[in-house]
Amino acid sequence: MIPAAFEYYRPKDMAGVLSILEEHGDDARVMAGGHSLIPMMKLRMADVPHLIDLQDVEGMSGIEIGVEAIRIGAMVTQHDIIDHEPLASAAPILREAALQIADPQVRYMGTVGGNVANGDPGNDMPGLMQCLDAAFTVVGPDGERDIPARDFYEAAYMTAREDEEVLTAVTIPMPKGGYAYEKQKRKIGDYATAAAAVQIVNDGGTCASASIAMTNLSDTPIYSEAAGAALVGTSVDDAAMNAAVAAMLGDIDPTEDNRGPIAFKKHVAGVILRRAIERAWSRA
Amino acid sequence: MKDEVTSREERIDNLKGMGCSRKRVEDARFTQGKGNYVDDIKLDGMIFGDFVRSPYAHARIKSIDTAAALEVPGVLAVLTAKDLEPLGLHWMPTLAGDKQMVLADGKVLFQGQEVAFVVAEDRFAAADGIEAVEVEYEELEVLVDPFKSLESDVVLREDTVDEAGKPVDGAHGPRKHHNHIFTWEAGDKDPTFEVIDNAEVVATESMYYHRTHPCPLETCGCVASMDKVNGKLTVWGTFQAPHAIRTVVSLITGIEEHNIRIISPDIGGGFGNKVGAYPGYICSAVASIVTGKPVKWIEDRMDNLMTTAFARDYHMTGRISATKEGKITGLHCHVTADHGGFDACADPTKFPAGFMNICTGSYDIPTAFLEVDGVYTNKAPGGVSYRCSFRVTEAVYFIERMIEVLAIELNMDAAELRRINFIKKEQFPYTAALGWEYDSGDYHTAWDKALKAVDYDGLRAEQAQRVEDFKAGKTRSLMGIGLSFFTEIVGAGPVKNCDILGLGMFDSCEIRIHPTGSAIARLGTISQGQGHATTFAQILASEIGLPADSITIEEGDTDTAPYGLGTYGSRSTPVAGAATAMAGRKIRAKAQMIAAYLLEVHDDDVEFDVDRFVVKGAPERFKTMKEIAFAAYNQAIPGIEPGLEAVSYYDPPNMTYPFGAYVCVMDIDVDTGVADIRRFYALDDCGTRINPMVIEGQVHGGLTEALAVALGQEIAYDDMGNVKTGTLMDFFLPTAWEVPNYETDYTVTPSPHHPIGAKGVGESPHVGGVPCFSNAIQDAFRPFGNRHTNMPHDHWRIWKTANELGLHG
Ligand SMILES: Cc1cc2nc3c(=O)[nH]c(=O)nc-3n(C[C@H](O)[C@H](O)[C@H](O)COP(=O)(O)OP(=O)(O)OC[C@H]3O[C@@H](n4cnc5c(N)ncnc54)[C@H](O)[C@@H]3O)c2cc1C
Repeated sequence: MIPAAFEYYRPKDMAGVLSILEEHGDDARVMAGGHSLIPMMKLRMADVPHLIDLQDVEGMSGIEIGVEAIRIGAMVTQHDIIDHEPLASAAPILREAALQIADPQVRYMGTVGGNVANGDPGNDMPGLMQCLDAAFTVVGPDGERDIPARDFYEAAYMTAREDEEVLTAVTIPMPKGGYAYEKQKRKIGDYATAAAAVQIVNDGGTCASASIAMTNLSDTPIYSEAAGAALVGTSVDDAAMNAAVAAMLGDIDPTEDNRGPIAFKKHVAGVILRRAIERAWSRA
Repeated sequence: MKDEVTSREERIDNLKGMGCSRKRVEDARFTQGKGNYVDDIKLDGMIFGDFVRSPYAHARIKSIDTAAALEVPGVLAVLTAKDLEPLGLHWMPTLAGDKQMVLADGKVLFQGQEVAFVVAEDRFAAADGIEAVEVEYEELEVLVDPFKSLESDVVLREDTVDEAGKPVDGAHGPRKHHNHIFTWEAGDKDPTFEVIDNAEVVATESMYYHRTHPCPLETCGCVASMDKVNGKLTVWGTFQAPHAIRTVVSLITGIEEHNIRIISPDIGGGFGNKVGAYPGYICSAVASIVTGKPVKWIEDRMDNLMTTAFARDYHMTGRISATKEGKITGLHCHVTADHGGFDACADPTKFPAGFMNICTGSYDIPTAFLEVDGVYTNKAPGGVSYRCSFRVTEAVYFIERMIEVLAIELNMDAAELRRINFIKKEQFPYTAALGWEYDSGDYHTAWDKALKAVDYDGLRAEQAQRVEDFKAGKTRSLMGIGLSFFTEIVGAGPVKNCDILGLGMFDSCEIRIHPTGSAIARLGTISQGQGHATTFAQILASEIGLPADSITIEEGDTDTAPYGLGTYGSRSTPVAGAATAMAGRKIRAKAQMIAAYLLEVHDDDVEFDVDRFVVKGAPERFKTMKEIAFAAYNQAIPGIEPGLEAVSYYDPPNMTYPFGAYVCVMDIDVDTGVADIRRFYALDDCGTRINPMVIEGQVHGGLTEALAVALGQEIAYDDMGNVKTGTLMDFFLPTAWEVPNYETDYTVTPSPHHPIGAKGVGESPHVGGVPCFSNAIQDAFRPFGNRHTNMPHDHWRIWKTANELGLHG
């Protein structure tokens, strides 16, 4: 488990990062917490001749809570998310989800930016960000642009971010209503067998809006618009939840792995989503 | 000098001898990161070796091109089988009487097999060198199923057939097929079959005890250093049996034993994984001999999981017969044992299936018959015991499942069925149908204590209510009550029937008392976390009357320690612990003569009292052991040699038979397959208890490994022989998060033949724990028609059971 030799860079600013990326193209990659990238390099599944450490780049570690939106710097760690009281009251689903990622040691290093940029279908934050309708800000040689989380993921490890772009921040519209992040995993530190992110608004007993995204049940996170729609206008009763689950099952496409066969995953996905909806609704 | 003020109780306490929960002396260094493991060893000029491993499970090697690798900066040499062949080291003997390729000799038999050894100035260069070695493989048909292997025309091992293609005899007799390794039988076939065929009730079940791995936190590795000036080879390594390794190295290299020094430094867990000899040891030694430099080889986690000794992989079929009232009359067990590409178990020579013939368990079963067929497949070699002596976990799992299945057949409570079949206290020593003589036991007392502690009847009532609620749609959770009662067989073993490669399985202790009354004792065993430095000093403290804190325990260096067969299979306390007590008694015998001389009385007129010899009837006249030690060295005593030393080699008259009663309560989510362990109660009887705190630690650890195996830990292969669980992402190692709160308890039934009555405890919780966890899962589904489902009971398999029983609507 020893990576191939690589050059290590630790630029102080984004200009420095971008210039190395431009110079080496495909051969260069940025590293945030390293907790997805380094294992891949050690397994020699990722070949990174030029490794750019983002730790010293300023301006990407802040959490800003505005009136309309929350902005989280790409280098904010998963631990920071858990530890940030104002964030936990503004968007409690973030803490609930972050607490189910990996273990404390990983969370001290792993970042929000790395988690969403990685493109691994097992990562929890991509689905979460789709549920929250977040946007990812990336900066590249041609300047800055925002990409909606719901448009970001193309296939496993394939995203809308260009190789020479760096993700700098995640912007989340201020979440409303009840929330739940429900995850089934085999053990601590495991990726999801199935996970569901639900954010739901209760307007006098009727569901006014619902957003649902699923993790590790396809080669990308799945934002299931249809599942959310199935709840809107209902009292979130059994029939509505059945309809939401059915809609979600139409959107996911799990594969068999050591966690189990497809039939099992689909069944668990349904159970997990139902529990997430129930919990979110109870908080709405 | 006199310490009259000290009461006898205080003097006993000062010794910290047997029965005291003395804190582990090892922990001061382990908890500060000051342990000295193999990878901590750094020698001047040390270089590194690592393996090119086969990506295929079965392939012919057409060519190996090392030229590009030798161009990699820092790479010094690349060894292949061709380089080892002239030395006769391209194959090596296994501890099971088979042989194993050190480096691929024309073909590979499992994924991850060692193909070439790259030697380089550092680890990084070695890793780059590995990438640059070009191996051309021709893929062959892969056999991962032992039943298919036994029917296949594919000859896995060319040395199993003669020129005409007929199978030749193996190490344990004739082969039934070219991929067949051995048949081993115990008990009486015809009488057993007759009893079963004519029985009132018979329960039949097939079960697969899946392949898993001990996965010690520290992987295997070594540093080999050949001193070309004095011709001495020193090897530091992860060896559970350093002396046996020295002998084996000597036998296969021809280097005389006095010129080989094997050192086991601190070892980070073994559990059986570090008993055998691995190609890395041989290649490092050869590389050191060739280069004249010390060579280090350390596995990474994937190497360890994929290629070093696995555990289990037993396909077991059982028939158990009983009267209508539930009295068991007969037992038959057949095993198809998957050994992988080489039979690299570490069983005593006469026991190719280990002590599987303990499979009659804790029950008085009059007739029994066991047959085991060993088979080659395209999987990694091994078959070591994983925290159990030689297949005892398999045996106990088998009987504890058969009891449950019989209870279903009889429509009886499984606790009651056990109770009416236990061997009774007055039947000990008890000779079981498959040959073992159980030394001592009191099963009924232990069982009653356990059931009472958990309020067994209350649990059953709660469970019945849960089933009703489930059927009424009020809950989706079922409750399982797991029971197990196990009898262990440990302390291998009597030299008359236990040897490994001809080495008798005695063990040893050598004690040297220093003039000022402290001591060093050296043993033939080696701790891998068990706390020997703590507990063996306690045995000695009680035997020789010097404080445990004044006694250093040293193990693992073959140049200094007396010969012994090492630590595995819970043998250290039963065998080396006995040797320690016996050596201590020799010290005491000499001390008695010295005391009598100093007190000017006859030898018989003094007696031992805690930490001194006193004149009988005159307790104010005494000599402490400290005083005696000083006199032993510094006073000319007529007729007595100076010094105070002793050595004892202990050949145990019998094995010891610890036992225990475990109960587990689980809540199972039928829809997700998630099992929640609500309660785990473990009563262990390991005979005399040396250190209750160490026992509790061993029980917690063993139960946690049992939980792992029962609930998810496996080495799984796909049809192409690819390992699917080669990293800790998929291979389940429980953490504090997954582990319940264990309740421990005990009874004490000393071993009658052991000098201090101790039986050993290291593996009991694992042996008894696996069936207990598994039975809890199976029990939850019993009301819905479940008889048996195979481990590991991970989420999807539990879900599958529920699904097949129609519980998902
Ligand atoms: C044992 C273990 C368990 C884990 N369990 C979970 C889990 O349950 N759920 C979960 O979601 N994750 C899990 N992870 C992954 C963990 O959360 C990682 O930290 C995370 O996936 C990546 O974040 P990072 O900061 O470490 O990124 P890195 O590893 O540094 O980078 C990951 C990838 O993203 C790219 N990248 C990083 N930052 C940027 C950026 N700012 N702009 C552009 N590209 C960037 C890198 O080039 C790389 O390709 C686990 C990891 C481990 C080791």
